[in-house]
Amino acid sequence: MTHAAAIAPRTSLGLDNRKMAFWAFIGSECLLFGSLISTYLVYKGRSVVGPYPHDILNIPFTSISTFDLLMSSLTMVLALAAVQRADMRWGKLWLFATALLGLVFLGGQVIEFTEFVHKGLTIGTNLFGCTFFVLTGTHGAHVAVGVVWLLTLGARALQGKLGPANAMTVEIMGLYWHFVDVVWIVIFTVVYLIQ
Amino acid sequence: MSDRTERAPLPEASGRRPGAHPTADVYLRVAAVLVVLTVLEVGVFYVPAFHPVLVPTLLVLSAVKFSLVVMFYMHLKADSPFFTFLFGAPLLLAAAVLVALLLLFFGTLTLRGAPGAG
Amino acid sequence: MSDAPRAGLTSWLTTTDHKRIGLLYFYTALGFFFLGGVEALVIRLQLAQPNGHVVSAEVYNQLFTMHGTTMVFLALMPLSASFFNYIVPLQIGARDVAFPRLNAFSYWVFLSGGLLLNASWVTGPLYHAGMLSVAPDGGWFGYANLTERQFSPGPNIDFWLLGLQILGVSSLAAGFNFIVTILNLRAPGMRMMRLPTFTWMTLVTQFLIITAFPVITVGLVFLMFDRFFGTHFYLPEAGGTPLLWQHLFWLFGHPEVYILILPAMGIVSEVLPTFARKPLFGYTVVVYSGILIGFMGWGVWSHHMFAVGLGPIADSVFAATTMLIAVPTGVKIFNWIGTLWGGAIRGTTALHFAVGFIAMFIIGGLSGVSHASPPADLQQTDTYYVVGHIHYVLFGGTVFGLFAGIYYWWPKMTGQLLDETLGKWHFWLQFIGMNLAFFPMHLIGLLGMPRRVYTYGPELGVGQLNLVSTIGAFTIALAMLVFLVNLLGIGRRRRAAPNDPWEGATLEWSVSSPPPVYNFSVIPTIESRLPRWRTERHGPMPDPPAVPPAPIHVPAGSWWPLVAALGIPVMALAPLTHTLWIVFVGAAILLVGIYRWAFEPFEV
Repeated sequence: MTHAAAIAPRTSLGLDNRKMAFWAFIGSECLLFGSLISTYLVYKGRSVVGPYPHDILNIPFTSISTFDLLMSSLTMVLALAAVQRADMRWGKLWLFATALLGLVFLGGQVIEFTEFVHKGLTIGTNLFGCTFFVLTGTHGAHVAVGVVWLLTLGARALQGKLGPANAMTVEIMGLYWHFVDVVWIVIFTVVYLIQ
Repeated sequence: MSDRTERAPLPEASGRRPGAHPTADVYLRVAAVLVVLTVLEVGVFYVPAFHPVLVPTLLVLSAVKFSLVVMFYMHLKADSPFFTFLFGAPLLLAAAVLVALLLLFFGTLTLRGAPGAG
Repeated sequence: MSDAPRAGLTSWLTTTDHKRIGLLYFYTALGFFFLGGVEALVIRLQLAQPNGHVVSAEVYNQLFTMHGTTMVFLALMPLSASFFNYIVPLQIGARDVAFPRLNAFSYWVFLSGGLLLNASWVTGPLYHAGMLSVAPDGGWFGYANLTERQFSPGPNIDFWLLGLQILGVSSLAAGFNFIVTILNLRAPGMRMMRLPTFTWMTLVTQFLIITAFPVITVGLVFLMFDRFFGTHFYLPEAGGTPLLWQHLFWLFGHPEVYILILPAMGIVSEVLPTFARKPLFGYTVVVYSGILIGFMGWGVWSHHMFAVGLGPIADSVFAATTMLIAVPTGVKIFNWIGTLWGGAIRGTTALHFAVGFIAMFIIGGLSGVSHASPPADLQQTDTYYVVGHIHYVLFGGTVFGLFAGIYYWWPKMTGQLLDETLGKWHFWLQFIGMNLAFFPMHLIGLLGMPRRVYTYGPELGVGQLNLVSTIGAFTIALAMLVFLVNLLGIGRRRRAAPNDPWEGATLEWSVSSPPPVYNFSVIPTIESRLPRWRTERHGPMPDPPAVPPAPIHVPAGSWWPLVAALGIPVMALAPLTHTLWIVFVGAAILLVGIYRWAFEPFEV
């Protein structure tokens, strides 16, 4: 007999499979949002008719949305820390808080989009409308998926099925949520502040 | 698949071990910095004195925010450098593509010299 | 379900076994390959003489669009995927991929995308049109603004963009799966620089997929929004530009051609050493060249746009990067030749195809280098010269490489040997046919015949060359018939394949043909790059025992990847029928599938 009786290590790089897959996914999403942002930038200033960004973007309102999303990243990471130390009471609380902050952000987007439509900017009005709504809409859709995912995790926690043993699922949720937040950091700067 | 016995990972896996998770303390401090940076960003936007350096300042501020979230909330600083590669390489690629497209559409790369390749 | 059933339709519909999924990809892709081939034959019939009347212009446009789209997305990529699926886990000493259900999901999504695309051939009547009238007809590259609603009012382009989005989901999911598999599921001792070259090239390909496909996803979303929601991403009237589509498409499209060729290069890098009984010459260099090609492939996309007026600086930059990328490719070619040099050559069919690959790819590469020069390309672009180039690299390259893989790995995958004599006939007919079909295209193009036009006048003087090309195409068809006879074992008794018919060096040859469901009775420990060969420093590794020393858990099958996958084409039906609520039905199916998948007990 031989040394072929060896048993495989759990993973070759010592890293969790799901976490690795998720970072690869996030890498891939960089190209997705990168293409959307690139399009926004190359079409900046090329709208033939208004409304134009300076006519319509509401910086104070969006700043509040930005704070909201930043705080949701905080609550997300606090949720993870709580789950990892088996404090499921705070774990549930922070998870639902994150979902709530996410919903607030989405609510803000709905208000903002409705405002814009009333002021004459729809998705088909001009290039600004096209690029703005598709970029922020894609981001918003990602937030919405995140909220559903958070609520699912919250529900699992309420059923007692979430704990430190499967904290990795919360960690991966966190990776997704923080990524959606950093994309917003870029969008806030590039679309709203640099006009 | 049911080979559950733990063994040392292969040589490539040697590198940073995942560090002890930061305490809530660190997270709160990062959050505070993020808030301050956002206030600065909005401030730069509203204060006319900063407008000549608006774009680079905003880019730097947002890059710092981005890095803080990625390094601390997404734990990339303490995790395996391989995750940094998995995220960083496509990120760099996206940035390079963005710059290339900007140059192609706006730069002096067009024969006619007018903005945009048309 | 605790134990996966091994027989019957259910076992196939619920399989999560990479080997079964590999076979599913193989047969499906082969079917689409022949369909694309038939489309090509009709095209060649139409072009066999000037002013041909075999098909109308409208049908012709659908034919070349579907031929290209089918071959790239439904034949070549999935055929490569069949080898990723079947062979890579075996080569790295794993029992399956990292995410077996995600793997199944990828296959079912691919199948649904392929069926949706091709359904367009017969769904004309649903749109108050005839048959053969609503298939995609804007070219496989779908240039805007021809593809906009104004110039393509029918559902043709909708089928195209939806089909491609669906296929993108399949490829992306598989990309994440294989990256984790190759990096994380290797047997002990299987360091990265001991990986078989095919697995290395697969890894690079997956990184290209996960970075390039999001870009085309965005481009297609813009097109869909233009066509359905009144946006103007590609419309000049509103300040947009059709050039944005070209950039987004080719930012994807150029990495895509490396996605198409790298796996075939990997196959060739396995086949040559085996049949020269010599290790791959310069393995390290070949691997690094592959990685370099992957990176550099991102820097050349606008060489597809030399004729749109980017300006001299942009043209020069992309000309330089394009010429540079020939270097790592050339390096590989020299290494392959070096592998054969001084080897003890066994002229199997697989080797014939591998050597044919080298020769044909060199020719395709040379015409490619000529394209790298913008002034030259200004004459060549949009002519048959380009068609000649792409078919030398994709048919002479990828298809020959894939056939090398088929003849090499078919015994492993099915437990049966293919007939070598028929294989040689197949090879020579295909080789002669391909050169007859595609070489004249260089001349035809330089003589001025444009691509993508359904006919040409006799005054162009390319009638005879086109006829030669058509004869070549039918010769290829004959070759395919010979291959089918071989594959189906018609008229001869099939011979069982031993574990290792070729005396191969890599792990897949250490198990039975086909392998047991758990692959390795005992996961091997690897000590060299060529585990099964005797080298200076290592004796050959003994094969795993026939009977596992302990019971091995094999994961159960699952219905949920299939269910989730079905939600996606249902969602696609909404735009195709201009009925919004259907998207929610599809999304609901997808969500149910995902939730049941996430929460079912499933042990890998």
